[in-house]
Amino acid sequence: MTESRSSRAIGAFRRIARDPLLLIISIATLLSLIVFVAYPLLSVLIQSLKTDGGYSLATYIDVAKSAYLRKAFYNSLMMSALTALAGTLIGFAFAFAVTRANVPLKRLFNIIAVIPIVSPPFIGALAIIMLFGNNGLVTWNLLKINNFPIYGFNGLFLAQVVTFFPVAYMTMKGVLESMNPVLEDAALNLGGSRFKVFARVTLPLAVPGIASSILLLFVETLADFGNPLILAGSKFPVLSVQAYLQIVGMYDLPKGAAISVFLLVPSVIAFYLQRAMVRRKKYTTVTGKPQASSGKIVSPGARGALFAFCLAISLLVGLIYFSILLGSLAKVWGYDHHLTLDHYKFVFGVGFKAVRDTLMIAGIATPIAGLFGMVIAFLVVRTKVPGKKLIGTLSILSFAVPGTVIGIGYILAFNHKPLALTGTLSILLLNFVFRYIPVGIESGTAILQQIDPSIEEAAVDLGADARRTFSKITLPMIVPAFFSGLVFAFVRAMTAVSAAIFLVSSRWNLMTVHIMSQVESGNLGAAAAYSVLLVLIVGAAISLIRLILKARYGRFGGNMLHF
Amino acid sequence: MSVRLVNISKEFADPERAGGLMLAVRDMNLEIGEGEFVTLLGPSGCGKTTTLRMVAGFEIPTKGEIWISDEMVNDVPPNKRDTTMVFQSYAIFPHMSVEQNVGFGLELKGRPKAEIREETAKVMEVMGITELGKRRPDQLSGGQQQRVALARAVVNRPRVLLFDEPLSNLDAKLRETMRVEIRRIQQTFGITSIYVTHDQAEAMTVSDRIVVMEKGLVMQVGTPFEIYSRPNCRFVADFIGKVNVFPVTVTAMDGDIRVRDPRGMEIPAGSADAGVKTGGDALLMVRPESLRLGEAARESEGGGRAGGEAFGEGLVTKAVYLGSVIEYEIDAGYEKPLMAISHDPINGEFYKVGDRLPFSFSKKAAHVLPKR
Repeated sequence: MTESRSSRAIGAFRRIARDPLLLIISIATLLSLIVFVAYPLLSVLIQSLKTDGGYSLATYIDVAKSAYLRKAFYNSLMMSALTALAGTLIGFAFAFAVTRANVPLKRLFNIIAVIPIVSPPFIGALAIIMLFGNNGLVTWNLLKINNFPIYGFNGLFLAQVVTFFPVAYMTMKGVLESMNPVLEDAALNLGGSRFKVFARVTLPLAVPGIASSILLLFVETLADFGNPLILAGSKFPVLSVQAYLQIVGMYDLPKGAAISVFLLVPSVIAFYLQRAMVRRKKYTTVTGKPQASSGKIVSPGARGALFAFCLAISLLVGLIYFSILLGSLAKVWGYDHHLTLDHYKFVFGVGFKAVRDTLMIAGIATPIAGLFGMVIAFLVVRTKVPGKKLIGTLSILSFAVPGTVIGIGYILAFNHKPLALTGTLSILLLNFVFRYIPVGIESGTAILQQIDPSIEEAAVDLGADARRTFSKITLPMIVPAFFSGLVFAFVRAMTAVSAAIFLVSSRWNLMTVHIMSQVESGNLGAAAAYSVLLVLIVGAAISLIRLILKARYGRFGGNMLHF
Repeated sequence: MSVRLVNISKEFADPERAGGLMLAVRDMNLEIGEGEFVTLLGPSGCGKTTTLRMVAGFEIPTKGEIWISDEMVNDVPPNKRDTTMVFQSYAIFPHMSVEQNVGFGLELKGRPKAEIREETAKVMEVMGITELGKRRPDQLSGGQQQRVALARAVVNRPRVLLFDEPLSNLDAKLRETMRVEIRRIQQTFGITSIYVTHDQAEAMTVSDRIVVMEKGLVMQVGTPFEIYSRPNCRFVADFIGKVNVFPVTVTAMDGDIRVRDPRGMEIPAGSADAGVKTGGDALLMVRPESLRLGEAARESEGGGRAGGEAFGEGLVTKAVYLGSVIEYEIDAGYEKPLMAISHDPINGEFYKVGDRLPFSFSKKAAHVLPKR
């Protein structure tokens, strides 16, 4: 058997040698993933083990001994778990209201629940400061409370739930839509009460989706950087911010690295748990075309309660965006609310370089990431190149790792020869490309699995090599999915902050990082103006791509964008 | 071009099986002559598609050699093999027009545009799809897609043309038209062809020779007539159409072949498989349509016809009127009822359940199989 296996390996090798391009691409892909994904992470590990000239666990022991950092570890896990639970609950309620309960305004609720996904992830924190902070509209101007305790747990929890419940909503909506409502009707038909049907049919079928959503939110909240940097304050330390402060504030690289390892481990565990569940989900959720629910399983009372709940959350989200818009137009937030365009003059004047830089970096990095992701998806799904498993694992890894850890990894790995890149445009571009490759891979893999492999086999059979099969057959068929993935990657790139904050320099800066520093220096108006512009740019990009796809691929193309 | 499969085996990893391996094809040997049309026939999972995909190059044999003409092609990737396939799902490129689909192979070969246009037009003409040239695949019916797929394969004048159950997605009527079409096209261009199907009627219509496969093994290779009327084992006899099989003892093999049935009746047989020995247990097979019924059978009572003819009587236990034929089941004292088919019911006799029905069959229609 070993003999036949080795002869098979030789056969596979010989065949690949006949198609050298495939081999070259897969080697190049693997090498670049090792250099720009694995090597930075390895650098973090090595740095965390460095102690005066040697290697030891001393830094870890240091971190573990510090009561403050222990508290940060506990806070991070606790906050992530609570946000995951609360966010999933709200997401489920929204999804259930929209797909099953047939509540009024369900289209509006759908839009409200999707907007935060396409916004900078710290917009909630910014708005909460503006509403409930020291100069907050509600706390200071309306209630005349000075120093309302918004910093710490309360504010951060609120901000993170608002930021991340939409992720749960998208997950739960998918699960509930793919669950055939006829099952619920059948249970009612058998004489079950509405509550029994919900408890015995709907909920059990949704459990894998709920669990997967909780894990997903846990990972995202744990990695969140923008909200805690603005809102956590010094009394409520969390890991991502502490790692940043150690490195940027104290220049203590080993400690920062060790803290980020504490952040990395639970993230990666939760991430792979979630992926394993999603893979199994295929068997547990009922697939099929989305079917309209008869809406009979929700009593009028429950429908009313759901509606009120969704309305309340929607009003909160609406209030957040409204206050950001208002803040960008108010002279001095909290003191002088006369309308002015001063903040926009600043953004389009002195501060416009950051806008240009951001657009350029996201504009260059996302197509590369998208194309690269598609190539990897093709390699992994459709070819038999050796090492494709490693390629798949490495490229997905940058999804699992919190941005803070990647950012630290990049400054550690690329601040010396042979790749001295700190402060350059390249380091930002590379970081963005390798961070958003998984977006391309995910959408590429999904669509490739829907395309009958014999279509590509037919091309090979007619004499096409790997390059021509990909460029003439595969690529044209996956273009809509490609753009859909591209938009998503673009949104993430425009709004990213956690890794980028380590990599910006005076020469190359980003809007998100600018917003953070404006908040830190108390200039809320400018921060709000940047945020409004950012949301507008992202919104315009999404609409543009959607229009192009619709014009070129008809209704089918327009539907590829799930925003 | 001739195709030769020499001792090929194919294993697939299968974690659910003991040993972790699934043997899809075992030690298969086959020679296909230039311009010949050979069909691999068998139930699903018999290894026929795997064999076809090995010839195409999509699978590599674990052992053995594949020769096309005088080239050993084991290590030649599919795109360099010059074997084109008609896929079960047609695999029409959804983003190209019909013309572009048909011309794609020639385009890949870098032929000049004018030549591509000319060749494509010629083949589309033969296939009767000239007026569909500008259409998109989603505007085609199943039968039209089938023709496009066939045209796309044929236009390259490949060394070997491969068919992977090409008609399984068509309705019954269209299937009958298309199998005649496929045979006509293959004859027109004279391309060596390998065809995979599980439909025996399809195999009979298109093939010069049929290879019957089961569980990765070749059971029998022969012309449609040989496979149908002189099968070499019970599996082949059963797989190709309906058949009556009953256990017998062989009483004579020299010159005349005679067997004795369980009721002690001596029956003359026209042929016997090589594995059958005098004095041994064997199986006698007679196809239902070879049974003469009623008056036609009476004539041969007592072995009347030249060369002797078996005769018997039985009770009709089932009679199904199908329009063109009537299917009977007759209890004649054997373990299982005999199946019989009466053609042209409107000019013949009708029998009901419970009627006594005389039957006979000729020596030629009786074939002896080894008891395996």
